[in-house]
Amino acid sequence: MTSIQWKSEILMKIVGCDVGGTFTDLIFVQSGASAPTLVKVPTTPDNQAFGVMRALTEAGSDARGLDLFIHGTTVTTNALLERKIARCGLITTKGFRDILELGRRTRPSAYGMIAKFEPLISRECRIEVEERIDAAGNTLRPLNENELKAAVQRLLQLNVESVAIHFLHSYRNPAHERRAAEIVRGMWPNPYVSVGHEIMSEFREYERGVAVSINASVQPPLDRYVNALQKALGSNKIVDDLLVMQGNGGTLSSSTVGKSAVSTVMSGPASGVIAAAYTAKAAGFPNVVTYDMGGTSTDVAVIEAGLPLISTDLEIEYAMPIHVPMVDVHTIGAGGGSIAWIDEAGLLRVGPRSAGAIPGPICFGRGGEAPTITDANLVLGRLNPEQLTGVEHPVPVSSVIERIGETIGGPLGLSAHEAATAILRVANDKMAGALRLTLLSRGYDPRDFALFPFGGAGPLHASVLARELGIPKMIVPARPGMTNALGCVVADLRQDSVTTVNAHLAKTDSASLQAIAQQQSAEGQAILARESAEIVRFSDIHTLYLQYEGQTHRLPIKIAPRDFEIAKIRHAFELAYSQRFGIAVPEGNPVVVTLHTAVIGHRKKIDLKSLSHSRQSPSSSSLSSSRRVWFDQGWCDTPIYRRDHLGIGATLQGPAIVEQLDCTIVIEPGQDVRVDDFGNLIVELNETTQEEAARVQ
Amino acid sequence: MIRSNRLDAITLGVIQSGLQQICNEMDLAFVRSAFSPVITEGQDRSDGIYHRETGELIAQGDFGLPIFVGTMQETTQSVIAAARDPEPGDIYVVNDPYLGGTHLMDVKFVKPFFYNGRLFHWLANTGHWPDIGGAVAGGYSAQATEIEQEGLRLPPVRLFKKGVLDEEILSIVLSNIRVAEERRGDIKAHVAALAVGERRLTSLLDRYGVDLVEEAIVELKSRASQQMRSKLALIPDGVYESETFVDSDGIDPDPLAVRLSIEKSNGELTFDLSGSSPPCRGPMNSVISTTRSAIYLAMKHIFPDVPMNAGIFEPLRIKEPHGTFLYAVYPRPVSGCSAEVSQRITEAVFDALVAAIPDRLFAASAGTCGNMGIGGLNPETGKRYVMYYFTGGGYGGSTEIDGMSNGCSVTGISKMMPIEILEQQFPVIFEEFSLAENSAGAGRRRGGFGVRYAIRLKSDALVSFVMDHGRYGPPGANGGQPAAVNRVEIERSGQIYVPPHLSKDQNVSLRGGDVVRVQTPGGGGFGNPLEREPSLVERDVGRGYLSEQQAVAQYGVAFTPMGAIDVERTRSLRNAIDQHNQE
Repeated sequence: MTSIQWKSEILMKIVGCDVGGTFTDLIFVQSGASAPTLVKVPTTPDNQAFGVMRALTEAGSDARGLDLFIHGTTVTTNALLERKIARCGLITTKGFRDILELGRRTRPSAYGMIAKFEPLISRECRIEVEERIDAAGNTLRPLNENELKAAVQRLLQLNVESVAIHFLHSYRNPAHERRAAEIVRGMWPNPYVSVGHEIMSEFREYERGVAVSINASVQPPLDRYVNALQKALGSNKIVDDLLVMQGNGGTLSSSTVGKSAVSTVMSGPASGVIAAAYTAKAAGFPNVVTYDMGGTSTDVAVIEAGLPLISTDLEIEYAMPIHVPMVDVHTIGAGGGSIAWIDEAGLLRVGPRSAGAIPGPICFGRGGEAPTITDANLVLGRLNPEQLTGVEHPVPVSSVIERIGETIGGPLGLSAHEAATAILRVANDKMAGALRLTLLSRGYDPRDFALFPFGGAGPLHASVLARELGIPKMIVPARPGMTNALGCVVADLRQDSVTTVNAHLAKTDSASLQAIAQQQSAEGQAILARESAEIVRFSDIHTLYLQYEGQTHRLPIKIAPRDFEIAKIRHAFELAYSQRFGIAVPEGNPVVVTLHTAVIGHRKKIDLKSLSHSRQSPSSSSLSSSRRVWFDQGWCDTPIYRRDHLGIGATLQGPAIVEQLDCTIVIEPGQDVRVDDFGNLIVELNETTQEEAARVQ
Repeated sequence: MIRSNRLDAITLGVIQSGLQQICNEMDLAFVRSAFSPVITEGQDRSDGIYHRETGELIAQGDFGLPIFVGTMQETTQSVIAAARDPEPGDIYVVNDPYLGGTHLMDVKFVKPFFYNGRLFHWLANTGHWPDIGGAVAGGYSAQATEIEQEGLRLPPVRLFKKGVLDEEILSIVLSNIRVAEERRGDIKAHVAALAVGERRLTSLLDRYGVDLVEEAIVELKSRASQQMRSKLALIPDGVYESETFVDSDGIDPDPLAVRLSIEKSNGELTFDLSGSSPPCRGPMNSVISTTRSAIYLAMKHIFPDVPMNAGIFEPLRIKEPHGTFLYAVYPRPVSGCSAEVSQRITEAVFDALVAAIPDRLFAASAGTCGNMGIGGLNPETGKRYVMYYFTGGGYGGSTEIDGMSNGCSVTGISKMMPIEILEQQFPVIFEEFSLAENSAGAGRRRGGFGVRYAIRLKSDALVSFVMDHGRYGPPGANGGQPAAVNRVEIERSGQIYVPPHLSKDQNVSLRGGDVVRVQTPGGGGFGNPLEREPSLVERDVGRGYLSEQQAVAQYGVAFTPMGAIDVERTRSLRNAIDQHNQE
């Protein structure tokens, strides 16, 4: 593929397009144009490409002949969660075909013995062949190639479309997997052959087996989708090739992405985090916690020193671990649609049941009857009844009040408004607790971060959460509801690789670690160099995962380029360990488990200022109206500001509500707000509330 | 929002989730800093807050192992009885099974929590140590006849005095257990979790005040009890009985019967186990705290959303089964109680209540932890090793769905170790790890499947295991069939050795090249197998879960030579079996 020349001197056209559960968002950036074009259209779940093409149409006739089209899609996530996956086969070591079905002995929840688990590859399509390599990489039994060929024939007879090859200890010695892949690829009628060590070269046979079967399962649907979209884009003269977002926060071209289809699962939440990292860093906040609250759930991620935390042990659902590097997004089961109810003990609960989009909250007028967080926000004046996004037949506020009064107020002996405040209090308490646990489990203290809310409902709750958690500052981006699409626009190219080291640190030398890192780096660069997007420069992020011998949880230690000095690594590990766990283990014996290298292909930076709202100087015209809004102190006559009227440098003080098309921002009393040079709202807790929070901690 | 100093329903809810959050943060702190993989991977630990005077459970972490639901409050009671003038910074360590414990490997740390100079309540945690001394590495003895053979027993001992570790006591402990140096790390983890609890509880009290929180604790207990009672209202008044069996005690060949009678009246359940077998010579006795805990956790499995709080125990009356193996007194050996006997008790609870509330229940699960220890000298490292291994088995079918395969024990929530890690660390080679075909109990909704595995030793070793359901398979319910039994077979110098006690044996001496083969039980079937949709039987045959012949025998579903369902023959077969069953 020939590289597209970066026409930085002349007109540059870039589109970022993200398909979410409800909306397809698009940002069209043109160099020279004063403002970007923003489009929000309903997602078309049956074929996401329709929504994408409609968004492009709405972006206008200029949105053709693009230099870059970067796409975030939930095709693979949905395929997996709804099990609309390819019919897959597995070829595996004799004696071990049921690993995928038996999983690692647990159950979905600690209490309750009625439980379900279905493997991605059904048992009749899992075939064993004779071969065995031991933990040291020695061949115990050679690969029986005749059995292998018979297995391939059998899978073809079973109408299997996509095949996974998964042998024990292939992370240590991939020879059998390599040879098997060569034979299978020679016989297989399509390119859908996924190989264990190529997807994930780490030990743990269940996790690696799941990773390779996810890849095999979603590769065909991803491929079909991307090809169809590419064709549509090409025939409409929009763009020839597209880049696809991956779960690690980087992009890959359509031609490469199919091979590592597994890495596009979780790409939606990742692109939002990438945009947050980019935006927050530019605004001078390298350490932030993102809070992306939607209708049914909330995604939380940590950004440290401008980089999103990466995890290699996320779990998509029960017993479906994804051990390939992904942006570490933690999902909390609470969103605007979470339902409030009274339990048998007479206590108010919020969630985990959600009204979802259909029937949705009461106020959406789609038949929802159970009060939700969104309804409580509406009743308390925090949401503007006239500005509910995507609601066609709204229910009068008085009916919502009545319903909350009946279902929650009555049983608790509260008025409807008191019941609504109780719903918010319980919901915020729950979300703050979940946010705390998320940070603590990763070894962080919330007070060391700024909060970065986005998504439709994030900025509605964030200022209370910040106060509850003692978070001193909050940054609300210019376009909270378009964050994922922005992530597509700003994402760099990225290639991750993980190599198993599994050696005592004391017996390792820096040269051999350096050699592994160099090889990883060279391979990553070679893959990225084939991409169509222009890369300004490469950089590497090396991370060593260490643990004490006998323990099983690993700690990541970042290594500066070419700085694998053993004594330094030991020191950094000891420091990180005592920071994370509050104890030192001088008698422990550190083991290097894996070396992880991310190669970043940096693209030219996009100027974020173009995303900000109009540049009027602050004036009274930004104040559109006022309304009664409930805060802790009671009802306050609260000024309502229009975000697009708040110019750079504008300041205001809470209580206040800032409204914009894609979301509503609540500023608690006493909080100070400033519009920074990029159009972000910087919200500071004032000193008294900070003191209060410190006391709470 | 409401921020009053009176206890309204909302503040009550917020304090409840605050207490819960504290325990969850303790669980997290514990598991993240512990050394033992049994704790870090196996989640074999628990943290909670216990009442100042009564020791009753106030709150317990969501991530703890189920078997600890009721035990730690009894441990705390024994510490309260033993402690004279507890001071800030003191920490008691205790593992005595007879003083509110389980098996000796579960070591509890109990700490008085002071607020403004006054004892508020107790914080406690339990962690399973990989070894506690005694005859068998790992502690799961199959043949102990007195507790001294099972390991080191600690009465409540003040290991930390005013925050200072007593090195002399520690040295006694470490001198009596295997791989002792790693336990220092676990002790630090116990202590770190308690410190997190102290910090968080202090800030909760700072925020709401002692009086309001005390008031909330009392109120939460009474509401939890009310909540449990509203669940129990689903159970019609009456007497429900069941009988389950432990294979044997490892010494004498006879099975041990758990005989349970549950009476529902006045909104309460009364559990009577007095008809159970007398105490046994081998280690299959249960201490009363574990017996009670098994009943509590069974009820929580049936009603998962009741909170963890002493209030939920209040409408559950448990008669003390004196004179049975379910009320062990010193010096009866008890190492099988927490992992195996407790599961037979839960099975009895489930089996009795199926008749009352079939829609909430399920047939028996595999019901054994499948614990096995292999110990020897690793020729590759020149060091001694202990490989502790366990797997799951099938879950029982229920009204709606088939049982899950390879689910973990009723009492645990542990992940088994990856084969690739075991082969790296120990001189063993797995020859097989498979789904055990035809191990599920047949039913309208069948059970899940057990596991079949084979481990070839690379060098000489001693093998011990304590499993169960080797004699009788997990029973079915509502007309469902029992599942296949647990099987252990050892290939020793080419000869097959089947342990006399089937599921239990100790220090079986093996040579390099010998193979240990285990098949764990499936889950019991639920409902009449003849009512299972033939298409589901066909699917199961296609997956190789059972053969066509087995489908005929168990489900009365016949196939044509081409492998399709033979509708005619299926109908006549089912009629014939039905008639036969009625006769």
